[in-house]
Amino acid sequence: MSDTSFDVIIIGSGPGGYVTAIRSAQLGFRTAVVEEKHLGGICLNWGCIPTKALLRSAEIYHYMQHAGDYGLTASNVGFDAAAVVKRSRNVSGQLNKGVAHLLKKNKVTVIDGRGRLKGAGTVVVTKDGRNAGTYQAKHVIVATGARPRTLPGLEPDKRLVWTYFEAMVPEKIPGSLLVVGSGAIGIEFASFYNTMGAKVTVVEVMPQILPVEDAEIAGIARKRLEKQGIKIITGAKVASLKKASDSVTAVIDDGKSTQEITVDRVISAVGVVGNIEDVGLETTRVKTERGVIVTDGFGRTDEPGVYAIGDVAGPPMLAHKAEHEGVICIEKIAGLDVHPLDKLKIPGCTYCHPQVASVGLTEAKAKEAGYDIRVGRFPFIGNGKAIALGEPEGLVKTIFDKATGQLLGAHMVGAEVTELIQGFVIAMNLETTEAELMHTVFPHPTLSEMMHESVLDAYGRVIHM
Amino acid sequence: MPTPILMPALSPTMEEGKLAKWLVKEGDKVASGDVIAEIETDKATMEVEAVDEGTVARILVPAGTEGVKVNAQIAILIREGESLDDVKVPAAGADASAPGAAAPTAAEASPPAKPQAPAVSTARHAAREEATAPKPTAEPTSAGAPQEASSGTGKERIFASPLARRLASEAGIALEQLTGSGPHGRIVKADIDRALSEGIAPKAAAKTADTAQAGAPAAAAAAPSAVPTMSDTEIRRLFAEGSYEVVPHDGMRKVIAKRLTLAKQTIPHFYLTVDVMIDELLKFRARINDRAPKGEDGKPAYKVSVNDIVIKALGMALQMVPDANVTWTEEGMLKHSRSDVGVAVAIPGGLITPVVRNVESKGLATISNEMKDFAARARNRKLKPEEYQGGTTAVSNLGMYGIKDFAAVINPPHATILAVGAGEKRPVVEGDEIRVRSVMTLTLSTDHRAVDGALGAEFLQVIKNLLEDPAMMLV
Repeated sequence: MSDTSFDVIIIGSGPGGYVTAIRSAQLGFRTAVVEEKHLGGICLNWGCIPTKALLRSAEIYHYMQHAGDYGLTASNVGFDAAAVVKRSRNVSGQLNKGVAHLLKKNKVTVIDGRGRLKGAGTVVVTKDGRNAGTYQAKHVIVATGARPRTLPGLEPDKRLVWTYFEAMVPEKIPGSLLVVGSGAIGIEFASFYNTMGAKVTVVEVMPQILPVEDAEIAGIARKRLEKQGIKIITGAKVASLKKASDSVTAVIDDGKSTQEITVDRVISAVGVVGNIEDVGLETTRVKTERGVIVTDGFGRTDEPGVYAIGDVAGPPMLAHKAEHEGVICIEKIAGLDVHPLDKLKIPGCTYCHPQVASVGLTEAKAKEAGYDIRVGRFPFIGNGKAIALGEPEGLVKTIFDKATGQLLGAHMVGAEVTELIQGFVIAMNLETTEAELMHTVFPHPTLSEMMHESVLDAYGRVIHM
Repeated sequence: MPTPILMPALSPTMEEGKLAKWLVKEGDKVASGDVIAEIETDKATMEVEAVDEGTVARILVPAGTEGVKVNAQIAILIREGESLDDVKVPAAGADASAPGAAAPTAAEASPPAKPQAPAVSTARHAAREEATAPKPTAEPTSAGAPQEASSGTGKERIFASPLARRLASEAGIALEQLTGSGPHGRIVKADIDRALSEGIAPKAAAKTADTAQAGAPAAAAAAPSAVPTMSDTEIRRLFAEGSYEVVPHDGMRKVIAKRLTLAKQTIPHFYLTVDVMIDELLKFRARINDRAPKGEDGKPAYKVSVNDIVIKALGMALQMVPDANVTWTEEGMLKHSRSDVGVAVAIPGGLITPVVRNVESKGLATISNEMKDFAARARNRKLKPEEYQGGTTAVSNLGMYGIKDFAAVINPPHATILAVGAGEKRPVVEGDEIRVRSVMTLTLSTDHRAVDGALGAEFLQVIKNLLEDPAMMLV
């Protein structure tokens, strides 16, 4: 094989792209990944990872401010915004180097530049406007990810109206902030900025914040966030923005009346759209629909030899979904016996304070699907560890099919739940019934015991409540 | 080369059995003819003898394992000069023959089975090793022997998710029938859903090994499939948790349940009852027994019971009313020439029906002694399959429990069964007077497809007449 010929070329090195590349190499394919900006994509550099680093700083700042609750003293508690941001960038930088190392270790060729398809099997790479090589591959996997969606009237300007890019690297914490959109991104930023001292208002067009989450869980999260001082307006949209030199006035319309608020900065967190433009899709038979590439359960598009995975292939826009989609795609290419992802077994996590984590059907969706359900609820206040931690607020909710005992959904809000949800995800993948969960010995004292109690509660056997 | 010891077939139709007990352990030396294990089928326990001499190198199937397929490797023997290192333990689920071939090879191998060359099993073992070796290029991960474990190759451990197990149990689907589509051939919910939508018949009609009646196939094929039943889960829900104990069924119980349910579902039973005056019979019996010659040990050569005489009467009646000595098949009526009478014997945990063959040509002493031997061996579960299979009629006697009369269930492939009640003194009308007589009530259950009412009545009348005047059995 020549230098420009590969078995597999992957366009994009985000979590979908780089993980697929490593798996591809493991399967024995000669693999290349084309990356235009930074290895690790948005997730590592401008998404999942840096936000968690920022939120960690906020979390510790929060504890420092409440040191007295734990018998500690901390005076002159403060922060240096630039240092907080710098830590987050360093974390990204470290992981970015890590991905480079992993790709090298697995002998994946990294091609620097923007890759575009030129018919199936050919990828033309340009760098800074100049040609940087034409490559051939039997299989081309498009993993170009997504970018912030823009609503008319809310166009980001990098100065007053931010996307997550700008929100990730503030020079200083704004005095007041409007966050438009209350999905995971919007709420996480709202939570971060609020803890760091901004006066935050969140506007959401749907009737509840975190619209994909279970209504009861989202309701608890909302109360907690409001108690922290965040103002939340649901069922409303931002009708218009009026920009001043260093502030923005937003007109908020809830269908019945309008109100105006003036803030220092606005974060537009109204969703993301797939990067389907300028990737050469028009030179192939690949179809797109509603801003994402159309694929089957194995990442195959309408053009044989061209595949799409991750955000560019549609929701849920989650890194772990991209990773698994990519692995399924390349394993299918390799002829392994694989099954498409079951969307109902993909967990979703939101890392605000309190954290939210869930997998499977919400109570409403379960009922809508026709299930006769049993619901178990266990509040954090009933858990010893939660109280010892000083985190007595939260809920673990489990939903079972009454007829079969199948675990249909698990929804949690409270401290550390993003680390707990995997237990339910594993159980669902193994097709648990309530019996196995009841018989599982959860360690004491842990927050995870609430998972057990929630299952018991669904069957009228809760002990600690 | 190490010799595999294979699961023997105890009858031509046996497909699997339970390896009940090992009488040797690894390292023991055995000689040709030594009993090395006991195999249990639904009603009998058989001994397995070593055919060659050697040392037991490895026991592959632990004692108590059920569902061991005929010709499956159960142990490995090594001979002089061979070492344990030569022994290649076969892959889980690997048989010396393909599962489907069990029946024909069983017919050739009469117990105890001769060890066969293990060429097939080691070849398959080697193939599996290759299939699962890690390779850089694509290799199906679900290939190889593990998938067989859940594809119905007998009662080896079946891998199924907890949810799938529960769904299958509630729907009455036998996991053994399914092929799993989950990891490593695991049966998952999707497989149960698919089975339900494709209409896999519930357990009632599933093909499980049937080692009893050889003539059953026609009746079995006619068995209705989706007969609604309560699932185990539904039944258990009716009782308070902890108020019962679950005792697993042994082979005999399972076969009784299966065959008698089949009988009641497929045979149109009708019942005829008659009272027999047995004073003459009792005198007749006493006379015969009084004159029994004594053997060397002082014991009488025979002790005939009332039931023995009933067996003889039934056998003779079949000869006198040959149209009642039949078996129904779809193709035509089997008209039997011999009177083979099955006799129900209660044993601990169940019952079994050894068959006295050619009753028409046997004397009462022979019948009686045969029955004593059958009863003793039945209690120890040592009857051979050919001793309890077949027959042209049966008799069941609950008289010793004081039962006045009852109606028995016909055992396929018979067309009739005679239920005998207790002999007791009863007031009887003779002419216009009431007399006290010894009376015994008989109930004949009859398969209406084979024997109609009038014929059945005629048959029962002949039996009654023979019992009331036993001398007529000699005519």
